[in-house]
Amino acid sequence: MSNPSARYLPAGLPIPVAEPDGLSAPYWEGLRQGKLLVQRCGRCNTWQFGPEWLCHRCHAFDPAWIEVEPRGKIFSWERAWHPSHAALRGHGPYIAVLVELPHAGGVRMVGNLLGTPDQTVAIGADVEGVFEHHPEQDPPYSLLQWRRL
Amino acid sequence: MTARARDERTLRGRVAVVGIGETDYCRHGASPDPEFKLALKAILAACADAGLDPRDIDGFSSYSDDRSEASRLAAALGTRQLRTATMQWGGGGGGCCAAVANAAASIVAGLADCVVVFRSLAQGQYGRFGQAAGIHTVSGERSYLMPYGVLAPPQRFAMRVQRYMYEHGVRQEALRAIALASYHHAQANPRAVMYGKPLEPEKYDASRWIVEPFHLFDCCMENDGAAALLLVPAERAGDFRHKGAYVLGAASGSGHRAAATAHNAPLYATASFETVAPDLYRMAGVGPSDVGVVQAYENFTGGVVMALAEHGFFKPEEANEFLTFDNLIAPSGKLPLNTSGGNLAECYMHGFELVLEAVRQVRGTSTSQARRSDVALVIGGPMVSPASNLILGSEATL
Repeated sequence: MSNPSARYLPAGLPIPVAEPDGLSAPYWEGLRQGKLLVQRCGRCNTWQFGPEWLCHRCHAFDPAWIEVEPRGKIFSWERAWHPSHAALRGHGPYIAVLVELPHAGGVRMVGNLLGTPDQTVAIGADVEGVFEHHPEQDPPYSLLQWRRL
Repeated sequence: MTARARDERTLRGRVAVVGIGETDYCRHGASPDPEFKLALKAILAACADAGLDPRDIDGFSSYSDDRSEASRLAAALGTRQLRTATMQWGGGGGGCCAAVANAAASIVAGLADCVVVFRSLAQGQYGRFGQAAGIHTVSGERSYLMPYGVLAPPQRFAMRVQRYMYEHGVRQEALRAIALASYHHAQANPRAVMYGKPLEPEKYDASRWIVEPFHLFDCCMENDGAAALLLVPAERAGDFRHKGAYVLGAASGSGHRAAATAHNAPLYATASFETVAPDLYRMAGVGPSDVGVVQAYENFTGGVVMALAEHGFFKPEEANEFLTFDNLIAPSGKLPLNTSGGNLAECYMHGFELVLEAVRQVRGTSTSQARRSDVALVIGGPMVSPASNLILGSEATL
């Protein structure tokens, strides 16, 4: 496992874990190993994220988990100022982006945009993924953040 | 009823709202009453408004997992017979109109004769919607959002609105006009939490960002209170104190995979009404030009922009021209909007205060009466799934 990374947001926010039934366990385990895994149906090749037990297109069960390159384009974004959690009080603004992955069927995922929070953000801009590891946390976890190319 | 009408599957003209009631509306934490007591007060107020014995209620309908459970209410009220207890799944405030539709459907199907539809919500007692607290780990949809600071509704919906504004060139002024109209109407409404607290454009512009593109005044309040209405079969509408407000149409749901996890809906920049609005107009037998007054759920003003466009009042590209203060105010604006002050300025009663206000418009008793109010539209929480909407009409529209 990797060493702890610099955090974009302060500690104390909710920690992501797989559901009790394990649906998203491969995704979170992949992030811990520095890999981005996305579901792709073994029968009809449809990409799917977030995960589900069933391919929404052809109804084959248990879509495969495929490693994809963590890069994409900013589909939308927001700059949050108000602290909606005690851990964010006094922290100041931060940016969340919705990133589209054209090479993985256009699935989208939310992360933070690394860099200064006052930067200008452009929809359509190219970004690459940066893994943010927290092996010291209980439970340990990793996030996928994004930075401008 | 004609043979054709009997065969037609519709709610149109079959049920009427004959009573409305609400508690005092308070800032979160400011209500002296617990949530269940608020529900009882609102229901009794609706019965008093109608002139109905509360023991004659035989059905309960609500949404968003309301904690005031039907059987406990029935026991507390001493209702003689409980016949329906209906909860609309999911969707938060998106269920405020579906709860009315479900009650109406129960009556039309012969399952009940007098259904109370209500929402009780004490955010002071049970926690604020705008704060995420007491959560150590998350899974499912929230796990893809909360660790990145996408915690509460403002952050969950801002990216959707940002995308919509980008796709259609919507400016901040369009959002501002919606906030100004709500606050303007609240100044005439003594029930409103923001009564006596007017909003001017300069105050809006100077207000802090909650999350761009939402200023403070683009966001709903967090409140304590309850609101209720009584539905009976249309043929009984004449037995009560006020003239009935008839259900002309109702619809709920969302489009293809609208709830795909973590912002993966194929059609992203939408308020979820692209399928629901045509269903509503079809049942009601009216179109947007027949609608005289609109109550549109403001979780955030941006959602109202999208919802009004999807209900056919303007094209998204025309939002900046259409959404001006003058167009949105009663009595004579092009489309009087949120005439009680709505979620922004009357009370965030999870949108149910909007349904009550539509009844007042049809009755002609609003504190900001619209010039045309025979056909009154309510649009439930936008950008969620399932969303819902409702058209009420006067007897003349049947």
